[in-house]
Amino acid sequence: MDWGAIIETSFRGLLGETAVVFALAAIGLNIHFGFTGLLNFGQAVFMAAGAYGLAMMVATWEQPFWVGVLVGVFVFPVILALLLGIPTLRLRADYLAIVTIATAEIFRIIARSPSLDEWTGSSDGLTGFARTFYNWSPFDTRERYVFNLFTGNQFWVVIVGWVCVAIAVLVTYIAVNSPWGRVLKAIREDEDAARSLGKNAYWYKLQALMLGGVIGAVGGMLRAIATQSAQPQNFITDVTFFAWVALILGGVGKVFGPVIGAMLLWMILNFTDVFLRELVAEDLIPEAVLVDTQVGQVRFILVGAGLVLLAVFRPQGVFGNKNEMALDDR
Amino acid sequence: MTADQTSAPDVEAARAQLSDVAWEPGVAKPDPILVVDGVTRRFGGLTAVDVEHLEIPRGVITALIGPNGAGKTTFFNLLTNFDTPDSGTRHFEGGDLANVPAHKVANLGMVRTFQLTKALSRMTVIENMKLGATGQVGESFWRALLPFMWRSQEAEIEKRADALLERFKLDHMREEFAGTLSGGQRKLLEMARSLMVEPTLVMLDEPMAGVNPALKQSLLDHVRGLADQGMTVLFVEHDMDMVQDISDWVIVMAEGRIIAEGPPESVGQNPAVIDAYLGAHHGAPLQLED
Repeated sequence: MDWGAIIETSFRGLLGETAVVFALAAIGLNIHFGFTGLLNFGQAVFMAAGAYGLAMMVATWEQPFWVGVLVGVFVFPVILALLLGIPTLRLRADYLAIVTIATAEIFRIIARSPSLDEWTGSSDGLTGFARTFYNWSPFDTRERYVFNLFTGNQFWVVIVGWVCVAIAVLVTYIAVNSPWGRVLKAIREDEDAARSLGKNAYWYKLQALMLGGVIGAVGGMLRAIATQSAQPQNFITDVTFFAWVALILGGVGKVFGPVIGAMLLWMILNFTDVFLRELVAEDLIPEAVLVDTQVGQVRFILVGAGLVLLAVFRPQGVFGNKNEMALDDR
Repeated sequence: MTADQTSAPDVEAARAQLSDVAWEPGVAKPDPILVVDGVTRRFGGLTAVDVEHLEIPRGVITALIGPNGAGKTTFFNLLTNFDTPDSGTRHFEGGDLANVPAHKVANLGMVRTFQLTKALSRMTVIENMKLGATGQVGESFWRALLPFMWRSQEAEIEKRADALLERFKLDHMREEFAGTLSGGQRKLLEMARSLMVEPTLVMLDEPMAGVNPALKQSLLDHVRGLADQGMTVLFVEHDMDMVQDISDWVIVMAEGRIIAEGPPESVGQNPAVIDAYLGAHHGAPLQLED
């Protein structure tokens, strides 16, 4: 057994750029669902907005990197939130769920279409938009950092990523503990009550959709930067549900919940992956039961089973308050 | 309290003015706060509300009664713009309510409660209260991120909320989730929360439903207190004792129409009201069907 590799990979899951990406996506979802009660099943499209906002500005239209960042973080996701929210937020929560999941798929399929190759790079996606970012890196590309966990470039992405997470957590913390956040929670609990007390529920829901979308877009953009490519395959529906898993694992409606949830999720996924591979390689699991190529799938089965247990025995997640959860069942 | 002493004569004056008003549906009042004209609301083939003309007197407690299905709650929703009428106009303090969104109605000074109490369960009692305050600086997103801009206002709001909680005897529940309150306490909380809006017209949809007799008395006192403080109260209620006890004026609805108006002692004897509640043929000799 190569315990070194197992521990190293687990830590990369805990602290690496994937945890960062999904932490940001889940923080966004937490603002939507945890604080405002909006069911967004299309967080992947907000992430894609961040990735493609940057990639298209820089790679397709040859704009400076910072223009790409502004467009990817603010312009694309805000326009998207308005497009999704204006027609649906007057309706019941489930309509937003349907519209978001459909939009995420529509976007991905359109981005993949060969006729848009010139702009989106179709299924190959766009590349070569992140050079400026890596040029700013203070780390040596030939060195490895943090007990050999990361290369110089990876470490640079991870550092910037965790700074983004810290900012997102801080903004969330201040916002949800302000009178603004109080209105969001009131809308989550009962929209009509909020309205009867003079709060414009519709406008607050739009604001929440925009804020959560922007934070998700930062995650998507970091994913594109880390892989140095913006591809439709990186924003499939699974991505949305991984973000949901991270949120539920950590605790819905808790500021730190999604961050811890994303870290734990990727640590567990990485750990089970390497651990099972080691067991297979050492013949501790017979070939009749499991072969190397199946491990990638089996780890998801195991994590899925773990989530079922979590839902039964600790439905409030790592951070949640069980008494508070119980109040939900009126 | 000095506020009571200064405003008390106003209630008396408002009550005195009502004594000259005729006891008939749609009668004009000396100083109405809310005027309704030709309001109808249909659900498919059913006309739920059809009110030709109605004036709600200012500064007193008005009860809206009627048998089940009379359209009281629908009428309430129409008055507060939670629902839009198919025709007709509503004027609050002289201003037209057409096309005013429900949340703005509250900011105009008309606040309502709900038949099924809407306590915000997973928020604490004090948070419920603070939500009610209008014109909060920190309710704008960008200013919310700069706590120094709203801290002092928040402190004032909290002080006002604490005073109301004490008055409604909910101060010991201050930090509890509203979802843990009893049904009666939720009614109290909802009423206290609506006062945070500093309304001129308070509309209570069945404030006594599901409240035990001991709490009922204190709720009655609170409703009376609202009028003493210069607010106008309009409430929907089934509890006749409460109606007799505290209302200055009673409006009776049946099948979507206003069928009677008058002081509480007048409506009990009104034949139209008795018909509405007991059916038009009561008192007729029973006949065996063969």
